[in-house]
Amino acid sequence: MDTEALQKEFDEKIEKDIKIEPKDWMPAEYRKTLIRQISQHAHSEIVGMLPEANWITRAPTLNRKLILIAKVQDEAGHGLYLYCAAETLNITREEMQEQLLSGKAKYSSIFNYPTLTWADMGAIGWLVDGAAIINQIPLCRTSFAPYSRGMIRICKEESFHQRQGYQILLTLAQGSKEQKAMAQDAINRWWWPSVMMFGPRDADSPHTKQSMAWKIKRFSNDELRQKFIDMCAQQVEVLGLKIPDPDLKWNEERKHYDFGEIDWDEFWSVVKGYGPCNEERMSARIAAHENGKWVRDAAMAYAAKQDAKSKSSTDKTSTKISKNE
Amino acid sequence: MNEQPLWEVFIRNKQGLDHKHVGSLHAADARTALESARDVYTRRMEGISIWVVESRYIHASSPEDSGSFFDPANDKVYRHPTFYKLPDEVQYM
Ligand SMILES: [Fe+2]
Ligand SMILES: [Fe+2]
Repeated sequence: MDTEALQKEFDEKIEKDIKIEPKDWMPAEYRKTLIRQISQHAHSEIVGMLPEANWITRAPTLNRKLILIAKVQDEAGHGLYLYCAAETLNITREEMQEQLLSGKAKYSSIFNYPTLTWADMGAIGWLVDGAAIINQIPLCRTSFAPYSRGMIRICKEESFHQRQGYQILLTLAQGSKEQKAMAQDAINRWWWPSVMMFGPRDADSPHTKQSMAWKIKRFSNDELRQKFIDMCAQQVEVLGLKIPDPDLKWNEERKHYDFGEIDWDEFWSVVKGYGPCNEERMSARIAAHENGKWVRDAAMAYAAKQDAKSKSSTDKTSTKISKNE
Repeated sequence: MNEQPLWEVFIRNKQGLDHKHVGSLHAADARTALESARDVYTRRMEGISIWVVESRYIHASSPEDSGSFFDPANDKVYRHPTFYKLPDEVQYM
């Protein structure tokens, strides 16, 4: 088939909501866009373990500690599901790793903010995982099948993340005056960065239109952001706390909450690498990769040795058989 | 480069069901592949049995030929029970 016919077949599949599998023909740009999006997503899951890992040893109870470990372990799993999905598009794990560690690839800017208090574990679960869920649920229907399968698995696991965070805040909000203040402080610091997680405004998001045409994305950044804000505006009331936005107000006409202007200078500066923790996160990843090298090497050496051993023993068996013949 | 090979992971969720492909992972050997598969794909009791197979051993039909490859099944509607119209009086069939 010529490219034109293949393109037509591809377009028809997209039109009819038939998923694209890795071995199917796809436009080069579709492949490139997916590799970028899925690998960035994977990197975010992996780097996203760092801010929370910071509190594992200082969780206030054994129960909270177990929960936090389980959550961080889930994020590692999410990273792995996504790297595997990206690999089906013919990029190797090593290449992706290299892109992350060299700073060539991006990851979600939210993880470049520090986790200063225990309440941050609550705010991250509620707001950051909450925003991630809003982003990820429509991605379960994304047009590239391995990505969609990965997202379905991830979404099943995410809802506990959001709930455990909310519960941390709820507990603090019902505690002493200091605890309540700590919860409010965490929300104050995490709110705007979470709202920024949905990316630039639609008008400033050059890839959105094409991604939606390919059904990689199903909703625009601004639509998802609005959904998130509406959800949080209701949930914060149950906590008895406040969202740090004086302009947040129900709009009866729109049937949505209006909200204040996002500090886009801050957004772009963190994206460009000038956030409070960009360097710290990258150096932690690089150290983990380098310090783990001997383990990977040893595993490969051991596997090669075992392989050689089993080969020589099968050789013996086969000679035995031929002798008997 | 010392690249760990890719493995495909198949999981049986419940006694009596088929193993089903769930994804893939990198591991140095079969034993570590099984252990990683347990950690990555069965953290919530999703499985009671795991198969791992190195991806390079899997042979797949190609999507470009799928038309002609599956063609023999195309025109044999008589293999389906709905092909046979029976009088309404016939019961339990
Ligand atoms: Fe995640
Ligand atoms: Fe999460």
